[in-house]
Amino acid sequence: MSTTRQLLSSAQVARFVAHGFLHLDGIVPPEMNEEALEVFAAGLHAVPYGTPVPKAFAEGSFARRLLELPAVAGALESLVGPDPAVDHHFVHTREPREGSAQPLHADALIDLRQDAFDVQLMYYPQEVTAEMGGTLIVPGSHLRRVNESDTGRYQNLLGQTRLTCPAGTVVLLHHGIWHGGRRNDSDTVRHMYKIRFNPSVPQVRLWDTADLDTPAVREELAHGFPWYEQATGRLEILNRIKLWRSLSGDPGFDIDHWATRIANRPAAAQRSKA
Amino acid sequence: MNLSSTVRQQVLVLYLHTSALDSRVVGWARYDGTGATRPTTGDSDEPPYGTGVAALEDGWRLFQAAQLVPPYPGVEQETSFLKHEFFFEKLVERGPADSG
Repeated sequence: MSTTRQLLSSAQVARFVAHGFLHLDGIVPPEMNEEALEVFAAGLHAVPYGTPVPKAFAEGSFARRLLELPAVAGALESLVGPDPAVDHHFVHTREPREGSAQPLHADALIDLRQDAFDVQLMYYPQEVTAEMGGTLIVPGSHLRRVNESDTGRYQNLLGQTRLTCPAGTVVLLHHGIWHGGRRNDSDTVRHMYKIRFNPSVPQVRLWDTADLDTPAVREELAHGFPWYEQATGRLEILNRIKLWRSLSGDPGFDIDHWATRIANRPAAAQRSKA
Repeated sequence: MNLSSTVRQQVLVLYLHTSALDSRVVGWARYDGTGATRPTTGDSDEPPYGTGVAALEDGWRLFQAAQLVPPYPGVEQETSFLKHEFFFEKLVERGPADSG
């Protein structure tokens, strides 16, 4: 692994908890982006579910070098810890003038975990223009409990991110985020390489916590999105408070007294003392 | 005139900020029974109307609104699908060349 650790700050992790994804724009060098297209053309070897990174990807291999880029390594360590397992990897290809878009979906099954999450890495070796489609991501959708493509009815949500990016961009996503491959209306084949990671350690204070008690953390966690409905948007903040309590190891963390207020049971506390 | 062969349904789905039809649009989808257009996922960033009522004013006919369903006990704080879903339609007459 790289000797240069570029861990995320608390504010960045809080932003991930609120948005459900993190952009690392253009951080992969051009020579690796060129190499990637050859690697994808040659085909990927199969990786059994749950294989530790060093076993899944040999030292010096393309995937290993991608994960050792300091910005990628630091962000991954901050979110899933130092020794994640590779869940699976796959190259998604959208053909030119492809007539259809993927329905909006969350990957896999409804995930009931409240104190753990997987991270999906999406790597784009080429520049992605609006005409090429890119990936649609719905910020702040990751804590909603939906099953796979049941969200396909929603074509557009206010504030959605229609990814366009420079070559060499990496996006890290919470496993629950709503997303979909948009229709490719260009003459260029578009590739996206995805690796899903399972944490192997408790996801507690894995990042650079120097700014843990700064107002920026609360500001990030309280961020609303334009597609949120009035009432449900408040529940989203509550669910983030619960996740942040788990990640920060601070059971008393709160925003505007919301979680504290609705958990306040003086009579029950008195009964348990009696 | 044989209506079934010349009239097609266009469907607009609006997701609103609250359960009120005059609240603002937060999400949208369109389906075109004429086959003239193929709206799809992620194809626009601006909603077609600002509110549900604005769609009525433009001639869309509301035919379904989501019921207000109390939260299930024990999962009141879970979030899932958008709740305030309104279905609209327009009936569009196809031209003679299209009517088969």
